[in-house]
Amino acid sequence: MLRRLNRLLGGDERRVDSRTIYVGRQPGSTNEAFIPPKFCDNRIVSSKYTVWNFLPKNLFEQFRRIANFYFLIIFLVQVIVDTPTSPVTSGLPLFFVITVTAIKQGYEDWLRHKADYEVNKYRVTVLEDGRRISKESEKIKVGDVVEVVEDETFPCDLILLQSSRDDGTCFVTTASLDGESNHKTHYTVPDIEKDLEMLCATIECEQPQPDLYKFVGRMQIYRNNQESVVRSLGPENLLLKGATLKNTKKICGVAVYTGMETKMALNYQGKSQKRSAVEKSINAFLLVYLCILLSKALVCTTLKYVWQSKPGQDEPWYNEKTPREKETNLYLKMFTDFLSFMVLFNFIIPVSMYVTVEMQKFLGSLFITWDKDFFDPEIKEGALVNTSDLNEELGQVEYVFTDKTGTLTQNNMEFIECCIDGFQYTYRDTASELDGFCVTDGPVSKLPQKASTEREELFLRALCLCHTVQVKEPTEQDQGQGGGLLDQVDGLGVDGEVLQPPQEEKGFIASSPDEIALVKGAVRYGFTFLGLENKVMKILNRNKDVEMYELLHVLNFDPVRRRMSVIVRSRSGDTLLFCKGADASIFPRVRQEEVERIRMHVDRNAKEGYRTLCVAYKYLSAEEYAQADAGLREARLALQDREEKLMAVYNQVETGMSLIGATAVEDRLQEEAAETMESLQGAGIKIWVLTGDKMETAKSTCYACRLFQRNTELLELTVRTLEDGRMRREARLHELLIEYHKKAVQDVPPGVTRSWCSDSQDYGFIIDGASLSMVLNCSHESNSSLYKNLFLQICQNCTAVLCCRMAPLQKAQIVKMVKNSKGSPITLSIGDGANDVSMILEAHVGIGIKGKEGRQAVRNSDYAIPKLKHLKKLLLAHGHLYYVRIAHLVQYFFYKNLCFILPQFLYQFFCGYSQQPLYDAAYLTMYNICFTSMPILAYSLLEQHICIDVLLENATLYRAIAKNAMLRWGPFIKWTLQGVFHGLVFFFGVRYLFSNPALQNNGQVFGNWSYGTIVFTVLVFTVTLKLALDTRHWTWLNHFVIWGSLAFYVVFSFFWGGIIWPFLSQQRLCSVFAKMLSSLSVWLVIILLILLSLLPEILLVVFRNPFAPRPRQAAAAVTPLSYKHLKEHE
Amino acid sequence: MVKQKQETANQPDNTAFTQQRLPAWQPIISAGIVIPGFLIIGLAFIGIGVALFVTSQSIQVLEMDYTGVDKTSPCNRCTDPNVKSCLCQMDFSIDTLFKGPVFFYYGLSNYYQNFRKYGVSIDYNQLFGDLSYFTSPSEKCSPYQYDNNNNPIVPCGAMANSMFSDTFKLFQIVNGTNKEVPLDGKGIAWWTDSNIKYRNPSVTPLQMAFNNTVKPLLWANPAYQLDPADANNNGFINQDFLVWMRRAALPNFRKLYRRITSGDYTQGLPAGNYTLQIAYNYPVLSFGGRKTVVFSNVSWMGGKNDFLGIAYLVIGSMCIIMSIVMLIVYAKFRFSEEE
Repeated sequence: MLRRLNRLLGGDERRVDSRTIYVGRQPGSTNEAFIPPKFCDNRIVSSKYTVWNFLPKNLFEQFRRIANFYFLIIFLVQVIVDTPTSPVTSGLPLFFVITVTAIKQGYEDWLRHKADYEVNKYRVTVLEDGRRISKESEKIKVGDVVEVVEDETFPCDLILLQSSRDDGTCFVTTASLDGESNHKTHYTVPDIEKDLEMLCATIECEQPQPDLYKFVGRMQIYRNNQESVVRSLGPENLLLKGATLKNTKKICGVAVYTGMETKMALNYQGKSQKRSAVEKSINAFLLVYLCILLSKALVCTTLKYVWQSKPGQDEPWYNEKTPREKETNLYLKMFTDFLSFMVLFNFIIPVSMYVTVEMQKFLGSLFITWDKDFFDPEIKEGALVNTSDLNEELGQVEYVFTDKTGTLTQNNMEFIECCIDGFQYTYRDTASELDGFCVTDGPVSKLPQKASTEREELFLRALCLCHTVQVKEPTEQDQGQGGGLLDQVDGLGVDGEVLQPPQEEKGFIASSPDEIALVKGAVRYGFTFLGLENKVMKILNRNKDVEMYELLHVLNFDPVRRRMSVIVRSRSGDTLLFCKGADASIFPRVRQEEVERIRMHVDRNAKEGYRTLCVAYKYLSAEEYAQADAGLREARLALQDREEKLMAVYNQVETGMSLIGATAVEDRLQEEAAETMESLQGAGIKIWVLTGDKMETAKSTCYACRLFQRNTELLELTVRTLEDGRMRREARLHELLIEYHKKAVQDVPPGVTRSWCSDSQDYGFIIDGASLSMVLNCSHESNSSLYKNLFLQICQNCTAVLCCRMAPLQKAQIVKMVKNSKGSPITLSIGDGANDVSMILEAHVGIGIKGKEGRQAVRNSDYAIPKLKHLKKLLLAHGHLYYVRIAHLVQYFFYKNLCFILPQFLYQFFCGYSQQPLYDAAYLTMYNICFTSMPILAYSLLEQHICIDVLLENATLYRAIAKNAMLRWGPFIKWTLQGVFHGLVFFFGVRYLFSNPALQNNGQVFGNWSYGTIVFTVLVFTVTLKLALDTRHWTWLNHFVIWGSLAFYVVFSFFWGGIIWPFLSQQRLCSVFAKMLSSLSVWLVIILLILLSLLPEILLVVFRNPFAPRPRQAAAAVTPLSYKHLKEHE
Repeated sequence: MVKQKQETANQPDNTAFTQQRLPAWQPIISAGIVIPGFLIIGLAFIGIGVALFVTSQSIQVLEMDYTGVDKTSPCNRCTDPNVKSCLCQMDFSIDTLFKGPVFFYYGLSNYYQNFRKYGVSIDYNQLFGDLSYFTSPSEKCSPYQYDNNNNPIVPCGAMANSMFSDTFKLFQIVNGTNKEVPLDGKGIAWWTDSNIKYRNPSVTPLQMAFNNTVKPLLWANPAYQLDPADANNNGFINQDFLVWMRRAALPNFRKLYRRITSGDYTQGLPAGNYTLQIAYNYPVLSFGGRKTVVFSNVSWMGGKNDFLGIAYLVIGSMCIIMSIVMLIVYAKFRFSEEE
């Protein structure tokens, strides 16, 4: 045995995927020198920096950003080379940005340090050689036995060895891990002796992995002079670090993963960064501006040397060069000149844009969190923003992939009816018929036909047994009363009338609401599940007797098998297997003659939109059970491919069953689901429903949500349609695809936007998982891409697509396929459950619904909202506005820096290409930081070019900004031309004014700094007023910052020129501004140039509107040629 | 009550700001406001334009090039660099009264006072009267920092060194005799320059401050002897020096030299013949420059400049045309709307 173990451990390939942990004494007295494997200690290091490496590491990380690096280079050039502007002009903003970021990151890291310290220094109790030793948490080693008391969090990942509860269970909440606040039951490893001192065992388990819900391992327990026992370990035995012990006095567990190897720590590693399309546009524009910058510098350098080659120009007598300058190599001079020009024009790419964009995104996302329309009184929570980087992406969504259960529907299951042996039992929740449910009469007495009581009871027992529901732990007081719960439930069972819904709600806990609905359904018919204790399930039957069943095995539900089973042994010793699952997964496994009777009901129920489950059972003979038992145990102990092995055994066991009946559970639509879907469709968004549910159920939900209309022609590509003909499936698939493609794509006249023209034919497309995998994984390589293309084209021409019977991974596959299709449309996934996580992560924007299926979707989402109906406002209002805001912000930033720098460039032609700055250094530095940054920030936070209510009412407005409409090359060129125009106007307007620099009535002349200041004044006023013209929504904040900025500029200029600044080496702006304003001509030229610059802007606004074909509603909201319309909101 | 509080604890603030429902004005640029607006702006602009244009036209300007490039030019002989302290005369006549006050400018062309290196070649601390910088001028003044004997130059730098050095005397020829026209050199520089920005060292006599320093190489007199007539017009607050130190924005520029305000010429220069006597010192031909003198009177808008008036007229009429076009479009639009 030992040798085998050593062999297992010795092999490197084994060590890679499993680890061995010794608990207690070393197994036996081994002569072989064995070095226990080293594991990391239990110190949690979530902080990124230490005091020593903070500065270098943080700076390194910050300068890895291309923009920061660019500014650093510019700064260094300024320091090294003799450049026209002092290093301060670009160093100060850079320093500011870097410092603020560093402080923010440093503070966050300090918080992490503090949290780490608290966690690491927490005192825990460790059992060592029979003594209880108090240790600091960070000193826990793998293999230590740790004791945890109630309400403490687990210091590391533990295998539960002992619990203070009698049944070897303990309850934990994983609220801090995945946000699920319900209690979860974990089990001790069976056959552990009470005295942990004596325990001697080895645990073999997989290497640490981040999946919170997966764990495989086995434990080998050595007893004195006995053959060792092997027990399988699963996630139910593993207590995760970060979870909290509840309802259990204390537990002991052995540490298996510590410190950074715990599942919680592994989950720290951030999600993949999603980048928005706007950011890509920014980068493209940046490249253009970089090219403009380079070409400007190049042009100036070239012209400089051409100009200098003329005699007398290079070195006039009044401006001789220093000896050092004369000695410098010509090419070096050219190069430094080039760099100088770069520095002079570098403000064209402003460092402040990044800061502003970042601030806009962060502050903007607050509005989503603050929105009270997103507040759900039921769960008392509002929206949650996990990433603020994607705000604008919400305005660009073209495809919405939605889950059905819990997203379109409430996931609030209600038992509607069942059928037993083909007889229908309807439960009506109306007072008049309540008496029909008295236990004595039996639930079916009013129905004309009914199945035999025996079958009925078997069916109800199956409902009561075949699940993983827990009875909610009674509170402290209830426990004091002993059998309080029993009495209560007892009472309920007898008089159905006094059934209190709230109590009922609290009664059961399960991972799936279907199960609760079924168990509750059984209660209505007189069978009450009392709970599971020591592997014994108790049922209160109609005769108020408690039936006991020993739970032998649970064959867990999984989405692939789509069924679950339990194996129980009744008092009488019969071993029974109850199985429930989707019809498609049950029907092939039962006797066929039973199927037909039930299938009719199932199909009818599915059509009505109910979720149907079939229930089957079989008796297991002793040999059969022994075989199954052995198979299951073996599979559970497998370290590798456990899942597959288990699956094989499950499939083997769940055969030859007999069908008893079926259930129908209603899942009601979410509030306003239909309206939401309708308006999203109106917004030009294609909606795909991806569900694991049956086709019929999903289809009816789609009809209910108005995704499919009465006149929608449905194109079906499912297993059923594929099996229609006598052809092979592949051939049929090919045929259908071609046919649908012809119908939906080719027959449509080009240029018609079909989806919202009411007169053209609407198509809906339905595909199921099996067919989809045929499309995606076609055997022929050539056909594969063809099919994919056909499929995509068909789907793109359908108003709605329904994909049913999807496995979670297939959902992500579909999202990925659409995401990567032509035109790379922006996708959004919305879901509430763990099965949606993959598609939420895959899509551009992932939205989680704070629903009932735990918090995994919310954790992995970018935005989380309480209800589906909030999606409408999130996209149509917030998304639209954020997109418009940020697009305007970006364009405006490039524009304002172009017309800032262009005059400086033009000035080079008039100053002998000597890199003379036009503006004073203070203006160069402050332009982007102080004078023009606040109005655009306010605009980008507050602008509502169309007010929110109108946006919500007219979904079609969303189409106006589709496909990144405001950040394409067209608008970019428009803005750029505008910038160029403005720059030219500013510069040449003042140039012609200065053809006679005597601008005052005292004959005195103005100099170059006056020139620059006039240009700058016109510039600041023009760009600010242009923004004012673009602002459609003037709040007091807008007024404040726009007029405030201008006032600040004036005040600052007076101040800057009014004082002799001791720290400046030259007082070149002294009194320039005041002098400038004392000249009437300057006033006139400022007014003239501002008006001239803005004139085209005004004309554009006036003329654009009447000629542009716009939807009527929009025209009504903003009629351009109507009377002045000053609107005040409530 | 407590329970209610708990319920709302998580609820977002219901304020106008957080709900993006701040009261807001939505200005609509509509025809109703734009057409009359354009009309008013257009009319106003045309009004201003006319005023500007008329004013500009009324300003008299007399500009004379005295560089002496032409062989026939009286100053031609002075262009030879070997001729020192050359005097030349320009005769001109005025037909009508040149209304006063008349401003006397000198102009330079193709002269780059806005060279970057030229502009920074200056030591403000010197010019602010800080004596410690007299002995060690700023590095930026190089190569006009020290003379060949390593004496500090005060004021240092290319800008001070290249100060305009031509001087002028204006005579009216009355009955064959030259009657000197008094030129007023006061108030030709910015008031702030002479009173705030530049200062002489507070040493009396001023000359003491300049011990152990040398004058700029091209200067005829040291800074403390720039104006022998007026002791207060010396040093760094000499008006001519200040005028020169205000860098021109463009390579063709003019600077104020004198004003003609006193004596018989308060009303301006009467019609008649005049002679301008030029002490020709300043070489410009080496870099292809030109020198001019300009006599001009000024108005409320400053010197003569037609640009502003024309620009106002053009934009004003554009506004009016636009408003008419818009009116037509509006009428058509309304018409088609009603149909």
